[in-house]
Amino acid sequence: MTEPIIAFDKVVKRYGSHIVLDELDFSVAQGEKVTIIGPSGSGKSTVLRILMTLETISGGVIYVGGEPLWHERKNGDLAPAGEAHLRKMRTQLGMVFQQFNLFPHMTVLRNLTEAPRSVLGLSKAEAKARAEELLKLVGLTEHADKFPGQLSGGQQQRVGIARALAMRPRIMLFDEPTSALDPELVGEVLTVIRRLAEEHDLTMLLVTHEMRFAREISDRVCFFDKGKIREEGTPDEIFGNPREERTRQFLSAVREGK
Amino acid sequence: MLFGYSWDTSHGEWAFALSILPMLLRGLVVTIEASIVGFFVAMVIGLALAALKGARSRIVAWPAAFVTEFIRDTPLLVQLFFLYYVLPDYGIILPAFLTGALALGIQYSAYTSEVYRAGIEAVEPGQHEAAKALDITPRRTFTHIVLPQAVPRVIPALGNYLVSIMKDVPVLSVVTVLEMLNVAKIIGDQTFDYLVPLSMVGALYLILTLVASAIVRIVDVSLPKRGLSLR
Repeated sequence: MTEPIIAFDKVVKRYGSHIVLDELDFSVAQGEKVTIIGPSGSGKSTVLRILMTLETISGGVIYVGGEPLWHERKNGDLAPAGEAHLRKMRTQLGMVFQQFNLFPHMTVLRNLTEAPRSVLGLSKAEAKARAEELLKLVGLTEHADKFPGQLSGGQQQRVGIARALAMRPRIMLFDEPTSALDPELVGEVLTVIRRLAEEHDLTMLLVTHEMRFAREISDRVCFFDKGKIREEGTPDEIFGNPREERTRQFLSAVREGK
Repeated sequence: MLFGYSWDTSHGEWAFALSILPMLLRGLVVTIEASIVGFFVAMVIGLALAALKGARSRIVAWPAAFVTEFIRDTPLLVQLFFLYYVLPDYGIILPAFLTGALALGIQYSAYTSEVYRAGIEAVEPGQHEAAKALDITPRRTFTHIVLPQAVPRVIPALGNYLVSIMKDVPVLSVVTVLEMLNVAKIIGDQTFDYLVPLSMVGALYLILTLVASAIVRIVDVSLPKRGLSLR
């Protein structure tokens, strides 16, 4: 196997005395689609938020593309990373949020061109061309000049996906992308994510409660519990024949909830 | 005689009132000018203080918070005297009008900075997270994402301070600024009739503040909210 694009090495995350990630070892291969499932408070969203550098780590090392994410190499040692290093590392990752977090005062088009222009230095025309291509991909071409507030939740989340893709990340993080949506709007968002998974070489890390969807698109499913991976395997193994009692409990609880 | 106009004290109260109106209006213009300059200063310095107070570095945030507290907890008159009588000792000599408008602006910047802060803090944390995930610099996040959402929401609160500033302009009379109240007082001193000029000042002030409030409301309504939900 080639070097993983994401590697967690004994990563610890603590809030005071509460341990969210407990010496987590976890890795993702280039192009792999990994779904993280687990009860709330199991640390699954924290994994994504730490990767996006929205939250710091308390211990351990994370490698993204072979480079330490939260550290810089200095004379062979690892020192805490400065802002410049974090900025450089962040360009490899894109994130889709549960609450969309679109910029409400900007049009859909502007949401997609803001960062490519100000961060990547694209010209207005280049950024617009890229945005229009992505709007086509998520099926929102005719909504380019609307404001997010004029769109449905499902449409907003599709804009959120397009906005993250506009930065051409190698890794896409989806943090419960459909949890804030009305049930009838979930499908359109999942369709877009499925297309991405099937047609692109993106590495995808997805936290979701949509078990059937996870089963369809994932190469691997990780069941998180109490800050650790309790069980991982192919979707068929995890959903079809889980080894751990805790995994079975969780899955049956989720199914009954449906 | 004042501003080249003379008052008519021999044809009754109404003729007197009419004769001093042009003088009071000259004073009113000064009052409006001082308010506008003061408000502008308060908007700019207030925003700067708000930005500094929100800085992550305590070396920046703490002094800004101290300055705000200091400005807010000392009387406008003390600050005005300080600027007017102390600064010239250090070679900074400003005209009375400018000194007064500056003092007003600085005093009110402490209040406007709190208004800005409230607006800035009301912007959802998710906005900062999204900006960070897109690698947008903190500075650009502040100017292009946070402020455009924060400022439209605080326009009414800022506007209220414009009206307050107008009502504090008479304080400038103590440093010889010929704003409306000072003009009225001079007229009273000269004619021994205070009732008419002071009543007129009251009436003109009422009109002024009502008009200012209306303008603030019009600005607030007509400002493009562009997708912002206003609470």
